[in-house]
Amino acid sequence: MSDKIAIKDFSFHYDSSQALRNINLHIKSNQIFSIFGPARGGKTTMLKSLNRLADLIFGTKHTGTIFLDGMDIYDPKVDLTHLRRRIGMVFDLPTPLPISTFDNVAYGPRLSGIKQKKRLAEIVEKALRAAVLWDEVKDRLHTSALRLSGGQQQRLCLARTLALEPEVLMLDEPCSGLDPISTASIEETLVQLKKDYTIILVPHNIQQASRVADRAGFFLNGDLVEEGPVYQIFTKPLDKRTEDYVTGRFG
Amino acid sequence: MRVSRTRYLTQIIAKVFIWTAALSTIAVMILILFQILSEGLPILSLQFFLESPRSMGREGGILTTIIGTFALILVAIFFSVPLGVGTAIFLIEYTRESRVSRVIRFGTDCLAGVPSIIFGLFGFAFFVIFLNMGWSILSGGLTLAAMNLPVIISTTEEAIKTIPYSYREVSYSLGGTKWQTVTRAVLPSALPGIFTGIILEVGRSIGETAAVILTAGSSLVMPNSLFSPIRTMSVHFYILAREGISMDMAYGTGAALILLVLMINTTAHWLLNRYIRHRAR
Repeated sequence: MSDKIAIKDFSFHYDSSQALRNINLHIKSNQIFSIFGPARGGKTTMLKSLNRLADLIFGTKHTGTIFLDGMDIYDPKVDLTHLRRRIGMVFDLPTPLPISTFDNVAYGPRLSGIKQKKRLAEIVEKALRAAVLWDEVKDRLHTSALRLSGGQQQRLCLARTLALEPEVLMLDEPCSGLDPISTASIEETLVQLKKDYTIILVPHNIQQASRVADRAGFFLNGDLVEEGPVYQIFTKPLDKRTEDYVTGRFG
Repeated sequence: MRVSRTRYLTQIIAKVFIWTAALSTIAVMILILFQILSEGLPILSLQFFLESPRSMGREGGILTTIIGTFALILVAIFFSVPLGVGTAIFLIEYTRESRVSRVIRFGTDCLAGVPSIIFGLFGFAFFVIFLNMGWSILSGGLTLAAMNLPVIISTTEEAIKTIPYSYREVSYSLGGTKWQTVTRAVLPSALPGIFTGIILEVGRSIGETAAVILTAGSSLVMPNSLFSPIRTMSVHFYILAREGISMDMAYGTGAALILLVLMINTTAHWLLNRYIRHRAR
């Protein structure tokens, strides 16, 4: 398996603080890579650096770079809309737009110019099925997405991203507001999706990372402390700080 | 015991004051409406709306002034809404706070405070004389547009500011360009706010007299192009009463004006509610 993503000496600063410090990381395709660690450790910034959302904010700067299939994504010539369709992201809070469920899922495909009703309907159904939401919403596709429950909204956001048919799927605590049953169904989905996608997951707890991920990286205060296969990270980590965190001494 | 009694008294006084304030407001409103409508409503008839004024407005109806009013409002909206909404989008989405945006904002704030007669004078000097448009629907509409631009800009800005950043982030993350993000994720949610600005503009345009006389004239002839001079209902009302031509006709026009404003506001609210309900179904 080849490197899907290669992060090289990457640092990221917001106006006044450094969020990521000299990150070097390779992520292979068709794997679930888990980024975990305590709050404010740079996990979300790492994800948003991969689809160039982080540098939309004024006053940020970065050094180093990131490659996607060997392409430098910080090259000024990169088409950002194309990049973001290749690297889909689900945010940590459910963020449905105040339009219908159908229109939410069709938002991305419509942006890329797909107009035929039939084609859109197929895409929407496929995405909602993949996100284990179809059965619950198929009779109310055209009512406002804001009426769905928190868990359904989060799965809707997953479906909305899947509708782009991205190559990389980034999920920022996709189960944080979900009950155990929905969480289990999302996790099953992720494991299934692995064969078509490269998945980067910020889990909402360590157990989730150990259940679904192949490899994991521990982020602490902007540093990537260590990364490796999940069994190693969670049973015999090399770094004292990782061990303290996974055994629950802090965090 | 004493403390609680003072507090109790404060409570009573506050209540009395607030009730008096509210009731006086309503009383004043009812008084004005009653005055105009009791004198004006008996004058109203179908012919009053469908006939053109004759002999300076002493006889006939007010058809040409209704057409003049609508024509002027439509021209004003046609020019001010795209410009105003465009400027607001520029200020919020396409620049950050900078010298340029501060200058624009300072400029619009100043414009908002300028008395309407000054706009009338500008419109007369610039549109009517300099651009040689004469007293016309176009001159008057452009003058009203300039007068209302600050309102449209600031209401649109406020509306756009309330849209959460997460909507934009979602749109970008799904491969949206800046323009797609603005038109599909931001503007639809800001539309009710923008609409409020337009309603304010319509209200101000309907009521304007001085600036309209200076730029659109006060002709009672049926207009046949954008370059025709017209008379609006407010101007008609003013001239009829001021020149003592016919108080009856003046009151009739006043009553029609009130009905028109009521009609526009109810339609606008109906449309707005329909839009909101349609989106939140």
